Amino acid sequence: MLTSFISDYTRYVLKGGTKFYAWMGSLAVLIVGMMYVFYLQNTEGLIVTGMTSQIHDGLYFANLVFLVGVAAGAVTIVFPAYVYHHEGMHKVTVLGEMLAISAVIMVTMFVFAHMGRPDRLWHMIPIIGIYNFPHSMLGWDVMVLTGYLILNAICGFYYLYVKYTGGKINKWFFMPLVYISIVWALSIHTVTAFLIATMPARPMWFHGMMPIRFIATAFAAGPALIIIAFLIVRKNTKMWIEDSAINLLSTIVTWCLGIAIFLTMSEVVVELYARTEHANGLYYLMFGLHGLTKLAPWFWSSVILMVASFVLFLIPAIRTNYKLLPILCTMAFAGIWIEKGMGLIVPGFIPTPIGEVTEYYPTLVEWLMTLGIWAFGFFILTILLKGAIGILQGEIKYGGQSAAAK
Amino acid sequence: MLSMSSLMGTAALMVQSGDAKAAVEWAEHFQKNYRLMTAEEKAEARARLERRYSAEYGKQVSVDTTEAQPGVLMGYALNIRKCIGCRRCVKACVEENNQSRGNKPGERIEWIQVLRMERGEFSKDKMNHGYPEGLGIQVGGNAYTPAGAVLEGQYHYEPEAVPEKDATYMPIACMHCEKPPCVKVCPVRTTYRDPDGVVVIDYNWCIGCRMCMGACPYWARRINVANPVLPKEAMNPVTHYLGNRPRMRGVVEKCHWCLQRSRHSRYPACVEVCPVGARKFGNLLDPESEVSLILARKNVFRLKAELNTFPKFFYFYD
Ligand code: SF4
Ligand code: SF4
Repeated sequence: MLTSFISDYTRYVLKGGTKFYAWMGSLAVLIVGMMYVFYLQNTEGLIVTGMTSQIHDGLYFANLVFLVGVAAGAVTIVFPAYVYHHEGMHKVTVLGEMLAISAVIMVTMFVFAHMGRPDRLWHMIPIIGIYNFPHSMLGWDVMVLTGYLILNAICGFYYLYVKYTGGKINKWFFMPLVYISIVWALSIHTVTAFLIATMPARPMWFHGMMPIRFIATAFAAGPALIIIAFLIVRKNTKMWIEDSAINLLSTIVTWCLGIAIFLTMSEVVVELYARTEHANGLYYLMFGLHGLTKLAPWFWSSVILMVASFVLFLIPAIRTNYKLLPILCTMAFAGIWIEKGMGLIVPGFIPTPIGEVTEYYPTLVEWLMTLGIWAFGFFILTILLKGAIGILQGEIKYGGQSAAAK
Repeated sequence: MLSMSSLMGTAALMVQSGDAKAAVEWAEHFQKNYRLMTAEEKAEARARLERRYSAEYGKQVSVDTTEAQPGVLMGYALNIRKCIGCRRCVKACVEENNQSRGNKPGERIEWIQVLRMERGEFSKDKMNHGYPEGLGIQVGGNAYTPAGAVLEGQYHYEPEAVPEKDATYMPIACMHCEKPPCVKVCPVRTTYRDPDGVVVIDYNWCIGCRMCMGACPYWARRINVANPVLPKEAMNPVTHYLGNRPRMRGVVEKCHWCLQRSRHSRYPACVEVCPVGARKFGNLLDPESEVSLILARKNVFRLKAELNTFPKFFYFYD
């Protein structure tokens, strides 16, 4: 039965219209580009990127941090579905799990892109390598991310498999895993926040508000992406996603965005009022330092995007207008991407602990790599969603050739 | 993860398969963390490296594997009053320790930084600068000109003569912290504190994640973004496995107090070269050593003491 599940699934996913092939084809082009720059980076070294000994974490690390949030954001579907028994959500939980899976895969790819020696990553595997447990936060991060990937893969595919065979879900096995995965989702972004917040050498990151800020932005960016995905699904497939589900998600985005803005504002006030040496990173981000202002436009664009989308989200007429909603979601998503990425990681290194002020420019290689990894993520996501929808709609069924022919 | 990383490993090896070094690199690729090697494995690794480096640099290269000596805890002291900012220590360090010296940014690595700080002054005409006038807000007199140490230094200064009249200098490098944050964050225990107190890096085990660079409050670590540029004739053939042996791309490196010298009772290169004798080095456990005497008798301070990293690098003045 399992083999027929796999083959039916694959056969279904491979079929599609021109639109589908055009989409997948253009993603494939970007993926090839990524493979080329990855090769370049592993023969020339990180010198092909803009990273230096001063600013040694850049675009890759920023995307990594952001995508952990997107992965965690999937819980905004799972939680209402299973804890509040929200009907509309319940039908689509599995789509959220698929999103989480693709996001974690992208995170893993960014890890590879980020490392100076990706060929040695096996050093981190327990037993054959060494794992600096429990001291290393990166170790914790890898652990919780792997766990999250496994949990979501089990929950998602078990559910689909049961649907496929037409059996009944074994609640004793399934429900505990669902509840664990809900709590686990919080852990991945919390640990990622700890990863950078536990470094007193970088005063800009060294505060306890980091985890909650991370969670707030994650629960805005994740569902924003999900809403867009849902609207696309609704338009292009036979699967109907209920308004109630989308409305609940946009409510979540609204309030998490609000909290994120509030937390950012608190930080700005506390840091800039005293304006100690520790505020230099933030000051650089907002206004520039020593005449270097490269990041200031990024910061302000992020502020504008986040605040504007928040205000628009607050207006019910706009929030429930599904023509405008994708635009709002894109704004929020982009705003948070900037805030988590260039706006948080890079200024942490400016000035360096000895006071040097330098800037960081992502190179073409970095952009290509980043684009390629995102493309790969969407590639996987499309496959996962397509298959999942096919099963949910009953188009793939055990022994169901007739159903597929319809 | 397992299959993925081994795949990457194979891919990386295939890329280099045309190379003569490939066989050695294959062996290096699968060797253990240095600390976990048995004595034989260490000897093997050493012989392998000596052969490879000798061929590569066209001279007899030795790779020392001397362990920490019992009863020794290395310590460093620097007389902040004496330093004249000539940066001869930087130059000596680069030559002794086989640092990369290319021209492109990122290909040039220096472990020691000599920070230059303005002396600054208070001036009479700024007495009431920023004093409330009208709706003005008080910001405070002379505050915007540096007076004394400011840690927003530039270290690539090229003065005609040193010391400059209005500058003081603050050399800085790895402090060999007793509670090193860099060691704590390393996910694979590549970097660790050896029993004689020196914080070392196993270059063959580092995955280049750069967590340690983020955690170091003294900006002591450098990442080899490119293949290090080390001219054959300038290469120092007396090396230590955990010290100055040539590094590879993608790994982190930093000062190790010249293990190839100090484990054989010699001074680090920077101590030897300092023209004013500002740098002192010795065994902290020996009460008669120069550093111990300085700790006992001089005015001593540590940098960023509030971070509780407990450096074994002390600044002092008479
Ligand atoms: S100075 Fe930095 S690199 Fe050196 S031991 Fe301390 S934390 Fe580690
Ligand atoms: S860069 Fe190397 S030494 Fe530093 S934390 Fe990562 S693996 Fe450890």
